[in-house]
Amino acid sequence: MSEEHRKYLRGIKRRRSLVTLARVLLLVLMIGGWELAVRLGLADPFIVSSPSRVVSCLAGLASRGELLPHVAATFAETAAGFAAGTAAGCAAAVLLWFSPFLERVLEPYLVVLNALPKIALGPILIVWVGAGAGAIIVMALLVSTVVTVMTVLAGFLEQGKEKQELMASFGATRAQTFLKAVLPASVPSIMSALRISVGMSWVGVIVGEYLVSKRGIGYLIVYGGQVFRLDLVMASVSVLCVLAAAMYYAVAFFEKRVSARFAETAAK
Amino acid sequence: MENDNIAELRGVKLVYHEPSRETLAVEGLSLEIKRGEFISVVGPSGCGKTSVLKLLTGLMSPTAGSVSVMGEAPSAVRKRIGYMLQRDALFEWRNIRRNAELGLEIRGELDEASRRKVGEMLEKYGLGDFAGHYPDELSGGMRQKAALIRTLAPEPELLLLDEPFSALDHQTRLILEDEVYELIRSGGRTAVLVTHDISEAVAMSDRVAVFTGRPARVRRIVEPGLYGLPGERRADPRFSAVFESIWKELRQDERGA
Repeated sequence: MSEEHRKYLRGIKRRRSLVTLARVLLLVLMIGGWELAVRLGLADPFIVSSPSRVVSCLAGLASRGELLPHVAATFAETAAGFAAGTAAGCAAAVLLWFSPFLERVLEPYLVVLNALPKIALGPILIVWVGAGAGAIIVMALLVSTVVTVMTVLAGFLEQGKEKQELMASFGATRAQTFLKAVLPASVPSIMSALRISVGMSWVGVIVGEYLVSKRGIGYLIVYGGQVFRLDLVMASVSVLCVLAAAMYYAVAFFEKRVSARFAETAAK
Repeated sequence: MENDNIAELRGVKLVYHEPSRETLAVEGLSLEIKRGEFISVVGPSGCGKTSVLKLLTGLMSPTAGSVSVMGEAPSAVRKRIGYMLQRDALFEWRNIRRNAELGLEIRGELDEASRRKVGEMLEKYGLGDFAGHYPDELSGGMRQKAALIRTLAPEPELLLLDEPFSALDHQTRLILEDEVYELIRSGGRTAVLVTHDISEAVAMSDRVAVFTGRPARVRRIVEPGLYGLPGERRADPRFSAVFESIWKELRQDERGA
């Protein structure tokens, strides 16, 4: 390794640690500024709460054993909605790839479903599924399925004619063409669909909880707002931030693992 | 088939339909491809040369006339036809060895023996050390060789090549010509090469079918009468005379168009 190259690598490393440092600093600054503004009387803690109040609120909830059941409920609903939405979305995309006719027929319906704010279906869901966890999961499923279908199908369809012509020249069946050429080539778009849909599932679950729930983080936020306990609202939002980010990174990690492994097993 | 033709096109007409228009790509095309020969098809660009290959693979059917390969409809003998596309279309997620095995795998012919054969072919044509590498780690010429081995591995009797060198730089092309020629001829296979490069056609073929502009048919068939590897033929003093005569044929068409 030449001296220049070492210098170049050092430069990259320095820039990277600078970014990390700035990120942490920004977080400290925001939280510190918030706390300071309240302590100095620049902001009313009744309206904006404060970091210390958020922490003591969380500690209170936790000590009374109220935090975990809410978190667990929301997390379980999101995971269920995400899993079901992704599975249904991928299955639908595969079906539509196999039948271009069906794809053409259903295209405008998909577009409308995608454009429709799914929250508008809330009352219908409550009537059909009942005002409970079922309606929340179905809401999350609805929100994540449509976007999954569209992203995954777009990934399938953008695979060039060339690979398919090659498969045809070897006399491949349509199923072989899909499994050996189209599906592996679409792994990146399937993975990005997963990443989008995990965020969508959170949206669906929180919206669902606003509407029907007696449990969960969404319920805590709505309840806190109604009784004007901003501490509770802010605390719940903070928990939500951590949970959503954790799930996003988990999916991103999974994405890396699968992409590597898929290349190995695609042939069998 | 009783005669020694491996494939025949008789009075073929081919019309492409698009919503806005229809195009008469091929009309009155008759061509016999003899077993064991290397025949090239040259013609003005956009004249429907590639259509001939698609007709021979059965990926397209003629509007009128008949296409037969080994005495049958092309789609019935697809397993005995190898088709090499203009671009290599290697799968990025498969290493070179597994790319080369693709055709065998699709046909369910991948076993110990065929695997070993692919390994030997890769070895022989300088890809042995790259068998475990992925396509994006290889040069254009190596990728094209891997694609050719993928086509040849199922041992097709009739090999169809659609401008296999067009994406390569000139130097790579000259080197690859010799290697590809050996690779194809080693099995005594029949090859049909479609190209826009007259010198390539002259250097590689036993016969050169010169096509007219659209609608395409055979204007003339030239037999270069040169022997040896493409590189040796290019050095032959008669090479330029053959090139010239084909060029003259083609130019007539360009003027007519």
